[in-house]
Amino acid sequence: MPAIELPDAESQCHQLAASIRPQLRPDTVLIGIHSGGVWVARRLHDLLQLDDDIGLIDVSFYRDDYGARGLHPRVKPSSMPFEVEDRPLILVDDVLYTGRTTRAAINEIFDYGRPASIQLAVLADRGQRQLPICADFCPWKIDLAPSQELILSADGNDRLEWSLVDHA
Amino acid sequence: MRNPQLNANGELSHLLSIEGLPREVIIHILDTASSFLKVSTRDVKKVPLLRGKSVFNIFFENSTRTRTTFEIAAKRLSADVINLDVTRSSTAKGETLLDTVDNLVAMHADMFVVRHAASGAPHLIADHLQRIGRNDVHVVNAGDGRHSHPTQGLLDMYTIRHYKKSFGELTVAIVGDILHSRVARSDINALTILGAAEVRAIAPETLLPTEIRKLGVRVFHDMAAGLRDCDVVIMLRLQNERMNGALLPSAREYFRCYGLTPEKLALAKPDAIVMHPGPMNRGVEIHTEVADGPQAVILPQVTFGIAVRMAVMGILAGN
Repeated sequence: MPAIELPDAESQCHQLAASIRPQLRPDTVLIGIHSGGVWVARRLHDLLQLDDDIGLIDVSFYRDDYGARGLHPRVKPSSMPFEVEDRPLILVDDVLYTGRTTRAAINEIFDYGRPASIQLAVLADRGQRQLPICADFCPWKIDLAPSQELILSADGNDRLEWSLVDHA
Repeated sequence: MRNPQLNANGELSHLLSIEGLPREVIIHILDTASSFLKVSTRDVKKVPLLRGKSVFNIFFENSTRTRTTFEIAAKRLSADVINLDVTRSSTAKGETLLDTVDNLVAMHADMFVVRHAASGAPHLIADHLQRIGRNDVHVVNAGDGRHSHPTQGLLDMYTIRHYKKSFGELTVAIVGDILHSRVARSDINALTILGAAEVRAIAPETLLPTEIRKLGVRVFHDMAAGLRDCDVVIMLRLQNERMNGALLPSAREYFRCYGLTPEKLALAKPDAIVMHPGPMNRGVEIHTEVADGPQAVILPQVTFGIAVRMAVMGILAGN
């Protein structure tokens, strides 16, 4: 298989912010999904100069594969430093894949209250969806095989970068 | 020998005692508990983790408080909770412990939370489940005899870590009826595993187990000497029934020697925290001013206890 050229994740964050900006409302808040989504949400928060701090979600307690895989060994606390009730929310993740993580995150958000709306922003959509979920904001679509894993990581200077691992 | 608390993959399958738990398992439970702590502050104090699972509280010994905290924890994980008052039903009719367990397994129980006056009863049940090939059913020890009360030990460690951040530099004093206390045993084991610098036992000789020094604990009979420079003071409940025996002269005499007063607490470090597993006897082991004072973290212990029990059940049911 020819090597896939991976885009620069930092400039993708700028593209994502630019696409979100026209739809921002004064009370919009961002919620990042641990851990890659939180990094992206922090970037967007700075680029969009939002007042409210971002929310953090770890979906471990809401996953649908708990029965098969047990509890994730490194659960992080979720935190919503704002009222969810009647707010327009943008859920932020690094990669959209099966849609199951998004489903779990939406379920968790509703345990904090009833938001006015939820939109989904991701850096990459890699296809292979298993649920009727799609991103509202996404700068990059790429078709990957199930054996491939697209990973966002932060280097020593806190710069975001992509890597691709093939488990085949 | 196989560790009866771990499955073939080295994951926690039952929580029977702190003794023998790997350090990383304890840390994992404490870390997970801090995530559950936030769940209890939300509007909807529930996560769907144990939806459809049946948790049976089988208490062969009365303890409304412990049973309630397990019940709340299980309900916040969305489990179905069934409380069995076995002392008044099956056991009174002559059914053996393992027959009771077999009956509940036949009703598709997923987890047993067991309190028993006999040390080792939860272990016996875990052993039995393995023998009958039911590794999918889990046991949590909610206190057995004088042996162990692991969730109390874990919530005490959670409380200490919350206020003191780490264990390596800490001097922890456990004060009172150590002889009859399963909490003391669990705390001593946990503090040893987590590497506390010094664990002290402060009690009259009559309320100390004979083997206490073998646990690596420094023993004090004098409260003033024992409390000096402590970071954490764990007071134990003096059970009223002990007053009438030959172990103690009187409640007043006990309070004079081993009750935690503001004056005695002043001997510990200024930022020392005071803990108590509850229920407290004010004026017997603890002065009201200390119990309600700024150094007491007794009510936070209760809050942390729910999160720790959620973590234990959440981890067990997934393994």
